[in-house]
Parts: sequence; C-alpha cells; structure tokens
Amino acid sequence: MEALMRIEGVSVHFPVRKGLLQRQVAAVRAVENVTLELRKGEALGLVGESGCGKTTLARTVLRLVEPTEGAIWFDGQNITDLKGKGLAPYRRRVAAIFQDPFSSLNPRMTSGQILTEVLKVHKYPGDVTARVQELLSLCGLAPRFADLFPHEMSGGQRQRVGIARALALDPEIIVCDEAVSALDVSIQAQIINLLEELRTKFGLTYLFIGHDLSVVRHLCDRVAVMYLGRVMETADSEEIFANPRHPYTRALIDAIPTPDPEGERGREHVALGGEIPSPLNPPSGCVFHTRCPLAMERCRQEVPVLERLTRDHAAACFALDAEA
Amino acid sequence: MFAYMLRRLVGAVLVMLAVSTLVFFMIRLVPGDPIAVMLADAGSEEAREAMIRRLGLDQPLIVQFGKWFWGMLHGDLGASIYGSNQPVSAILMEALPRTMSLAFLSFVIAMIIAVPAGIISATRKNTGADTAVSLFAFLGLSMPDFWLAIMLIIIFAANLQWLPAIGYEPLSAGFWPWLSHLILPSIAIGTGFSAIIARMIRSSMLEVLQADYMRTAASKGLTQRVMLLRHALPNALIPVVTVIGIAFALLISGAVVVENVFAIKGLGRVLIQGIQNRDYPVVQGAVLLVSAFFVLSNLAVDLLYAVIDPRIRYS
Repeated sequence: MEALMRIEGVSVHFPVRKGLLQRQVAAVRAVENVTLELRKGEALGLVGESGCGKTTLARTVLRLVEPTEGAIWFDGQNITDLKGKGLAPYRRRVAAIFQDPFSSLNPRMTSGQILTEVLKVHKYPGDVTARVQELLSLCGLAPRFADLFPHEMSGGQRQRVGIARALALDPEIIVCDEAVSALDVSIQAQIINLLEELRTKFGLTYLFIGHDLSVVRHLCDRVAVMYLGRVMETADSEEIFANPRHPYTRALIDAIPTPDPEGERGREHVALGGEIPSPLNPPSGCVFHTRCPLAMERCRQEVPVLERLTRDHAAACFALDAEA
Repeated sequence: MFAYMLRRLVGAVLVMLAVSTLVFFMIRLVPGDPIAVMLADAGSEEAREAMIRRLGLDQPLIVQFGKWFWGMLHGDLGASIYGSNQPVSAILMEALPRTMSLAFLSFVIAMIIAVPAGIISATRKNTGADTAVSLFAFLGLSMPDFWLAIMLIIIFAANLQWLPAIGYEPLSAGFWPWLSHLILPSIAIGTGFSAIIARMIRSSMLEVLQADYMRTAASKGLTQRVMLLRHALPNALIPVVTVIGIAFALLISGAVVVENVFAIKGLGRVLIQGIQNRDYPVVQGAVLLVSAFFVLSNLAVDLLYAVIDPRIRYS
C-alpha cells in the first residue's frame, strides 16, 4: 500500500523558560525523532502510556503544535512548511476528532452553527444547510440536533457532532485523538462502530491515538507503540498482539485484563516497576532501560533504532539483536 | 422567563422598600437637624418651634415614616424642606439625566479601553504589551478618581484648554457641548473601572484560550481574528459581565465624588447637598433612585447571561 503521509524524524521539544528574562533552561522532549508512515485507507493506532507524546505527535500532524525538527510529507508536500492561508487546503484534507466531546465544542454554538462554520470557512461549494443535515444523519443524529447546544446533548451525541465536523469537508485523513477515551464503555462501542462504518463508506485513513489496547486492536490495522516520545515497535495489529517483540509492548499487552476469571488467576503478570521517567530529563541510551527487564549495559549507552524484523514488523531493542 | 422576571421584579421592589426604610431612619440618626442648618444661630425659639411644626418634625418618628411611606407608594416623594421647597421628584428628574449621561459615557470609555487591553494582554501574555496593560491597570486602580479628575482639569482644561473644566450641557444643547463637558469626568470615573475589567478580561481570556474548543477552532482552519473574536471573546465575557454588574455600583459612587469636582448637578451632588443640609426628603428620594438603578442594572446583567450563555435558562 502506498504511503499517504510520512512523518520523518519529527521531534517536538517544549522549552521551559524561567526567570525575569525568560531564558530557556530546559526542554520537555515530548516527541523524539519519530518516523512513521500512514498508508492510504489504513487505521494506524498510536498507543502508549499517558505522557508518552502520542497526543503531541497527533497535534503536530494537525499543525496545532510546531515540530522542533523533522518533516511531515503529505501529497508530495512538507506540511510543516505551510503557513497561514497555505494551510487551508491541508486542513480540508486532514481533520481531527478530539478526546473530550464536551470541552472541545464551543458551548455557545449549536451543532448546526459548529458545522456551518467549518463549511463556510472553507467555502463549501454546495448547499451548506443541506450538507449540515447530511452530516448529522451520517453520524446518526436526527435533524433537530442542529438546533441543540452541546450542553443539551449526551456525551455520545456530542462526539457524533465532533465526528460530523471532522467529516464536513470530505477529508482523506482523520486524526482521532483519544476519540473514545472520555466516553462510557457502551457509548464507546457505538462510536467505534460509527468510525468503522464511515471509514469503509468514505475510504478514510485514520490515525487513531488511544491508550485502550482492546479498542485499538479492534479498530486498527497497524499499531505503533510509543514510549517517552519514541516509537518502540510497529507492526500489524494481529501480529503485535499475538507476537509482541519489544519488552515494553509485551508489558503493555500483558496488562490487558481478560474477561475470564479462571484464566486471569493463572496468568502471570510482568508488571513494569517504577514510573515513566520525566521527558525533561530522559534516560540515556534506550529511554526504556530504567524499567526494562532485559536491560543490558549497551542499553544505557546507545539509542536503539527501529529495525525491521519481518516485512511489517519493526522494533527498537538491542535484546532482539541478541536473540537473533 | 416571564415568571422569572416577575419574581425578580417583586424582589427588586422589596429590596427598594427595605432600602428606603433603612435610609429614612439612618438619616435621622445623623447628628444635627435641618432647622439648625437653615436657621443657623439666627432664629428665635418661636421661629424654630414654628418651623418644626410646619415640617411635621414634631410628630412621632413612626408617624413621619408612615406619612412619607404612604406618599412614596403614591409616587409622591415629598418636597425639599430646604430653601425653594421644590418637589423631590423634580430635583431628581433634573439630576438624573446628568448622572445617567456620565455613567453611560464612563462605561463606554471603560469598555473602549478595557476590551482591547484585556485581549492584547491575554494573547501576548508575558510580553511588553502585557506588562504595559498590567501597569496601566495597577495605576488606574490605585489613583483616586477625584485626584485623577483634578489632574485632568489641570492638564486638559486649565493648561491645554481643550475641554471645559466644569458644568454640564444637556444633550438638547447639541451633541458636542454635551459630550465636551462629560469627557473629562467620564475618563476620571471610567479609568478605574476599565482597569478592573481589563484584568478580568485578561484572566478570563487566558482560561478560554486554553480551552479544548479553541484547539478545535484552530484545527478547523479559522483565522486568528475569527478565533479570538467569535470563539474566545464571547466565552470570556461571561464572568466579566458578572463583574461589570457588581462594579456598576463603583460607577455610581465614582459619579458622586467626581460630579462634585466638576460641579455637575447630578444625583451625586444632590445627595451630598441633601446630606449636608439634612434635607431628609431629598436624601431619601435620591437613595431610593440610586438603589432602583442598582437593582435594575443587576437584573439586567442576570438577564444578559441568558443571552450570552446559552447554558443558562431561567424558569
């Protein structure tokens, strides 16, 4: 499959300023040298603990956060170079669904106004009112929802409005930043089904950020695991859950509870010790070595790169070299 | 909505009744009486007695109150007991447009300063512009309004002679004469007010700019201008409106002091003269009017909420 978007060596550092002169004293290394490919029509899951930089990466792709280094190629263009009006076509083609469906909608606008605004800003050529109704019905909302304010809707309904807004301009890519994490489990299922349905219908490509591995497994074709700003492992969804190679991925998958109490009792959990280190001062070498059960001397000194294990499976770990 | 307004109006009337009762008794607690002020030391004992009887001040307090209260309920606020014996309502009606003009213009000036200042300092947080606004707010709040009034007179009226120093011209005399007399006092009153509002808009804006829906707005591809004016400002104004409602009292009390500096015969001057002369009916009437003004402006602010924040519904 061809790559629709290529994230190349992207780093995002947030400066920490202190004192009267606001001098930069340190930097939060939220994303560090990430290279990823988003293929046409796929759903790529980006998983990791809170604070691993997955949301920052998503916002960088959306051009809401500026990358410190690296390039993001989309349709032959490095979109990190786009500015002002030049961004408009990109924003039409890459849309976003955000996590909290309540706070991410302007409380003073009805869903109709929210959808109309995005259509008008990008000068939608057709009938705006008809399009609003079409979008609502695509997302399973009755026409009357156009007149409702966010606070008059339930969480699931609000997220449907968020999805309708993302769909408004027929985008090619939708970045779902924890799109279902804030919802009740029963509502999550409905929204996930809706996302799947829309993907098939419009041939969308998803960059799905999540921390719930079961959701990602269900929805995504491919998964990238992030830890402290770096990609640790990427593989096909089935492959990564059946055969995780990186010790961090193993620990994550091992932490997924199973709905079988018998099996759960006999299962051995390899819980990760300690906390995720601060991105202000990440560990030397492999950032995971402080918590890794397989850490060796080499891990403390060298940074492992993502190495291809099979055609579609890559991991960044020295212990795998040793195995091979 | 209608039921809510009705409830609030009934509440407003009750508040005003309570205020007028309080004022009636409180003004009489002030040492000295109108007779002493009017006759000074010149009058004889008989003249004094006669005057007390004529004004009904010999009757028991409760009877005096009853008479005044009954009159008030019928729209009769009595007459000044000092000098001209003008009806209180006529005195108030003459003073009201002046104070209203002053309060209105002060409010407009305050907003013209505060809204851009607040937005600039929020969007350019921790820059020179932000510091300048903070400095202005600090100065504006710490300068007493009467002092600022005197400074303005010295600079713009006495030295530069751009604007008249004192007095008032009604709007019927022309727009410019009306405005020119009000500019300096309005600036004197509005500065402190704008400082409060600018700080309030700044902190409220800072909060709103962090909101998730601003991120959503950015991802829609809106321009900075549209994001600020259509998405951020209306949301940021909700808490500001509350403060405006409360700070409205500040405008009125500012007007009382500043009217005296500029010799504008508005409500403030009527009130102060009334107190100095122990002119009971005038003070009672003026306080009643000010409290009505205050209660109604607060009601207006509460109703305004429903307009600017769709989450608020009155029932």
